Amino acid sequence: MTPDEIKKLARLARLKITDEEIEKYTDINAILQLVKEIMQEKDTSTVEPLCHPLELEQRLRPDIVTESNQRDYLQERASLANYSLYLVPQVIPPNTKNK
Amino acid sequence: MTELAQKDERRDKNEHCGQIFNASDRCSHISSTNWETIIGLEVHTQLLTQSKLFSGSATAYGADVNTQAGIIDLAMPGVLPVLNQEAVTMAIKFGLAIHGHIARRSIFARKNYFYPDLPKGYQITQHELPIISDGYLDIALDDKNTKRIHITRAHLEEDSGKSLHEAVRGMTGIDLNRAGIALIEIVSAPDLRSAEEAVAYLKALHTLVRYLGISDGNMQEGSFRCDVNVSVKPKDSDQLGTRTETKNLNSFRFVEHAIQSEVARQIKILESGGKIIQETLAFDSVKNETRPLREKEESHDYRYFPEPDLLPLVITEETIESIQKALPELPAEKFNRFIAQYHLSAYDAHFLTADHDTANYFESVIHAEAIDPKLAANWMMGELSAALNNENLSIIQSAISAEHLAQLLKRIQDNTISGAIAKTVFEAMWHQEGTADVIIEKKGLKQITDTSEIDTMIDEVIAANPEELAAYRSGKTKLLGFFVGLVMQRSKGKANPQQVNQLLIKKL
Repeated sequence: MTPDEIKKLARLARLKITDEEIEKYTDINAILQLVKEIMQEKDTSTVEPLCHPLELEQRLRPDIVTESNQRDYLQERASLANYSLYLVPQVIPPNTKNK
Repeated sequence: MTELAQKDERRDKNEHCGQIFNASDRCSHISSTNWETIIGLEVHTQLLTQSKLFSGSATAYGADVNTQAGIIDLAMPGVLPVLNQEAVTMAIKFGLAIHGHIARRSIFARKNYFYPDLPKGYQITQHELPIISDGYLDIALDDKNTKRIHITRAHLEEDSGKSLHEAVRGMTGIDLNRAGIALIEIVSAPDLRSAEEAVAYLKALHTLVRYLGISDGNMQEGSFRCDVNVSVKPKDSDQLGTRTETKNLNSFRFVEHAIQSEVARQIKILESGGKIIQETLAFDSVKNETRPLREKEESHDYRYFPEPDLLPLVITEETIESIQKALPELPAEKFNRFIAQYHLSAYDAHFLTADHDTANYFESVIHAEAIDPKLAANWMMGELSAALNNENLSIIQSAISAEHLAQLLKRIQDNTISGAIAKTVFEAMWHQEGTADVIIEKKGLKQITDTSEIDTMIDEVIAANPEELAAYRSGKTKLLGFFVGLVMQRSKGKANPQQVNQLLIKKL
C-alpha cells in the first residue's frame, strides 16, 4: 500500500495520522505480503471462507420490547441535546445541490 | 476501470452535472422508439416487528423523538447486537413467497460510513451470503399477459435514524427512533423495461408484503421506499448503457415520474453525442425532474467486512418447513381462486385481490348474506370505492361494514329495492342513518310490486300523453322508453322497472 492509500483509508476511518506515522503504517505491506505468499502457496479453492473465528451459530432473541424510554438519562450524557434531539454540527442535507 | 480513471472521466463529463433535468419539456422531441430502457429496483421495506432488529427498543411509528432509542441504538461502548427472531422469520416468509433460495447459513456485514444518523459509524447489513436469493415475482402486464421479474437477493439490515436539518438553527438535529428498525432490502434483476412495468412490479411487491403481514407498506411513513436504477441502450445493441440511481422514492407516482424524466434525460444526452455518468440522483417531485445528489467522492467506499459481533445465522429445514406451512394465501393464488370460485373477470379479480383487506371485505360480503359475487364486486368497485376515495379512506376505515353492505345487496337481490334506489340507501348508510332495512322502512323506499298500483300510474301517464300514444301505436316503438321513464318518475323510482316494462307493453 502506498502512503496515499494509507492516508485515504485513515480519512475514511476518521483517523488522524501524521506524516511520520504514515511511514510506520506502511509496515502493513509486510503483512499483506505474507498473506499473498500463503494464498499463492496453498490451494484454497475448497476452503470455505471464515465468517467468524468462533465455530458457533447466532442465537436469536424473541421479538419483545425490553427497553424502556431512557431519553432524559441518555441526553444528560450527550455532548449536545436540545428539543429532545441530539444535536450535531450542521450536515448539508444530501438532497440539496449548492444553492 | 481504476478509481482514478473514473474520477477523470467524471471531470471530463462534468458539463452535465450541474444541469437540472426536466421530463415534461423534453418528451415531445425524443425518438424513444430507438431506445430500450433497462430498470432495476431496490426496495427497502420495514418489517412489522415489535422491537428492533438488534435491540429491544420499541418500533412504534410517530413516537416522540428519541423515546425509542436505547443504548444499543445509540452505539454506547460495550453494547452488543442480538438478532431478532421474528425478523428472520419474516425474511424467510418473504423468501418462500417469491420462490427464492433460503440460505441455510448467512452472515452479517458492516457497511462503514460516517453520517450522524448512524451512531455506530457503520450499518449492520448483509453483503456476501444474504438470507434470500434467486426468487421471482410475476406481474400482470394486462388482463392476459404476465411477466416474470427476477429478484436477485433480499437481505436483512437495520434502518438509520433521521436527520432534521430545519429543526434547530445552524445545527442538525438527530432522532434515533428509526435507527435499528428491521428492514429487508429487495433487489430486482434489471428485468423491467418501462416505468409502467416498474410500477406494476412495485405494486405487486407492496401487495405481497402486506399479504404476508411482514410490513404495513405505508409509503408516506417510509415503511416502503424505493431506489431506481435506470439505463438506456440502442434497441439493436447488446451492450448495457451506463446507469444512474435515483434514491428514496416513496410513492408509486414518484417512481413512475422519476423513471420517465430520467429516461428522457439520458436519451437526450446520448442523442446529442454525450455520455451518461454513473451517479446518484434525487427526484424533485415538485419540478418533476432528477438531479445529482451532492455526495462525497468516497462515499461509496464502504469497506464491507463480516460483522464480528454476530455469528453466522443458521436456518434449519424444520424452521423453513414450519414457516412454509403457516404461509397465508398469496396474491396470485387468491386471484386465480377468485376467478375459478366466483366466476369473476380477471379485471374484477385483480381489483379485489390487489389488497388483502379488500379481498377479505369482499368475501365477508358474499358470505354474510349469500350475495351474488358479481353484484358485490360491482358495488365495491363502484359506490364503495368512490365513497372511500372521496374521503381518502382505506377499506378497513369504511363507514359501511361488509355485513351492512351485504344486507343492502340482499335487498336488491330479493327485489325489495331497485339498484337505483339502493344508491340512495347506500348514501344514507354511509352517513350513519342506520342499516339498509331501517332506511328502506323509514324513507318508504320499498319497491312497488303491486300490479294494480302500477297499472293506475300507467293509465295516468298514457292519458296525459295522447300524442306519444298515437305515435307509438303507429309504429314508433322506441317511445316505450319515454313511457317507462314517466312511470318510474311518477313512482319516485320505487316501481320495479321490469314490471313497468311488461305492463306497459300490454297496455300500449
